[in-house]
Amino acid sequence: MFMIFGYPSALLFGQLLLGLINGAFYALLSLGLAIIFGMLNIVNFSHGALFMLGAFVAWGLLEFLGISYWWSLLLAPIVVGAFGVLLEKVFIARLYKLDHLYGLLLTFGLALVIEGLARNQFGSSGMPFAIPRQLQGATDLGFMFMPNYRGWVVAASAGMCLLVWLVIEKTSLGATLRAATENPAIVQSFGINVPRMITLTYAAGVALAAFAGVLAAPIYSVNPNMGASFIITVFAVVVIGGMGSIAGSIVTGFGLGIVEGLTKVFYPQGSSVVIFVVMVIVLLTRPAGLFGKGGH
Amino acid sequence: MSDAAMLEVRGLNAWYGESHILHGVDFDVRQGEVVTLLGRNGAGKTTTMKSIMGLVGRRAGSIKLNGAEMTGLRPDQIGRAGIALCPEERAIFAGLNVTENLMLPPKIAEGGLDLPTIYTLFPNLKERAASQGTKLSGGEQQMLAIARILRTGAKLLLLDEPTEGLAPVIVQQIGRMIREIKQRGFTVLLVEQNFRFAATVADRHYVMEHGKVIDQFRNDDLQNNMDKLHDYLGV
Ligand SMILES: Nc1ncnc2c1ncn2[C@@H]1O[C@H](COP(=O)(O)OP(=O)(O)OP(=O)(O)O)[C@@H](O)[C@H]1O
Ligand SMILES: [Mg+2]
Repeated sequence: MFMIFGYPSALLFGQLLLGLINGAFYALLSLGLAIIFGMLNIVNFSHGALFMLGAFVAWGLLEFLGISYWWSLLLAPIVVGAFGVLLEKVFIARLYKLDHLYGLLLTFGLALVIEGLARNQFGSSGMPFAIPRQLQGATDLGFMFMPNYRGWVVAASAGMCLLVWLVIEKTSLGATLRAATENPAIVQSFGINVPRMITLTYAAGVALAAFAGVLAAPIYSVNPNMGASFIITVFAVVVIGGMGSIAGSIVTGFGLGIVEGLTKVFYPQGSSVVIFVVMVIVLLTRPAGLFGKGGH
Repeated sequence: MSDAAMLEVRGLNAWYGESHILHGVDFDVRQGEVVTLLGRNGAGKTTTMKSIMGLVGRRAGSIKLNGAEMTGLRPDQIGRAGIALCPEERAIFAGLNVTENLMLPPKIAEGGLDLPTIYTLFPNLKERAASQGTKLSGGEQQMLAIARILRTGAKLLLLDEPTEGLAPVIVQQIGRMIREIKQRGFTVLLVEQNFRFAATVADRHYVMEHGKVIDQFRNDDLQNNMDKLHDYLGV
């Protein structure tokens, strides 16, 4: 073992990896929030609950139907996305003409209901979810041992973020989405069914949360509170990155995970608040966020 | 050119929230015509365009495209039926480059202009293809806003003050472009404040005031009606 800045390298890399893992979840969750905010102009406070629901769907598929983790990575986002379609059509769509605050209250209320029902049904202690066989064990990277599953989580999240970014920034579907966030009326007059696009955007955003939930299931036990504990930090990430910025949410998500991990090494007492300290500094100096448009 | 109206607007009323803006607008546009709506600021020209497109809060009356009623339809359905709006504020998207702006409206029918033709009509758009849409000059943005609805196969184009705030050479270029697309069988409803420009492209003119059509002229008759027109437009 060697030392870096007077700290054992294994500790440093270990925390860096933990930071990257948290960052992987921050990035996926804040990306979904950014997409939803861009199109629907609401801050989706149900996001943590739907992340949790993704993990529960994966657990249920395995427990009751014997469907593997790998299929759940695909199926849970579809199931939760379909639930998102329902939420958007039945509840959220009624609020577009009202103040932002109503959307926030509604989605917050929905989160409480979903989490309450889950707690009622499953208790709050949580159920274990085994790491899939193919990803058990660890790999010797030379400078540290990396648990395979954790490496997979970082790679899967980064891959998914990249894919979403490519779709939004480089395809014609993405161009239509970006245009509709700027001026939905004109885009609709071109013959595009913007209300349906809004519904599907919400579904895609929450499907990303569910995807993150499935990734999280083997790391944190599957429990009704797993979303709530993440989501507060994720909102801070979103504020720091800049509401609605796609690339910003990805970069900030991973970046802040790393910052958090490094703080655990250099100043452990500060690790639980460092993201919020960053948030305060960013809000004071760049109120629109690091990647937000508009600036001061 | 057939005599039946392609667009038939009857008793059109429109509201923004509580404000009642259009009070029974009537006019026709026939297939292949270029027809203008003239009128002072605030007469209701833009509101008429938006109402046809379904973009105002509430409207009543009848808007028929080739005999089919449009008033019950959503804006996307009206767009699919073959009407396309080039709005007064141009609505070029800042988040899209020039090519993305141009390719944004989906094809709704055959018979739109193909890209080579569009680039021949608007050479600047080709040169600036990768620029951010809103980095173009005002004139170029106007060209882009018109060009993107020529591709789609929509046959009735609503152009809201395409010459507003543009240099005379650009205005002439837009005039040539309108005559060119008329040749190619497009039908145009044009909002203008500048009737000297309107006279160079239009077949007929309607004059609006206080949310109503109050008069109409054939372009051939324009000279005989100059006094009235000056009076209506306050120029
Ligand atoms: N979004 C809106 N909300 C409320 N009132 C509006 C709105 N837009 C326009 N109006 C009002 O409707 C009336 C007609 O406006 P409109 O834009 O149709 O006029 P216009 O003939 O296009 O004028 P201009 O030549 O200045 O473009 C005006 O009195 C205007 O103040
Ligand atoms: Mg106007």
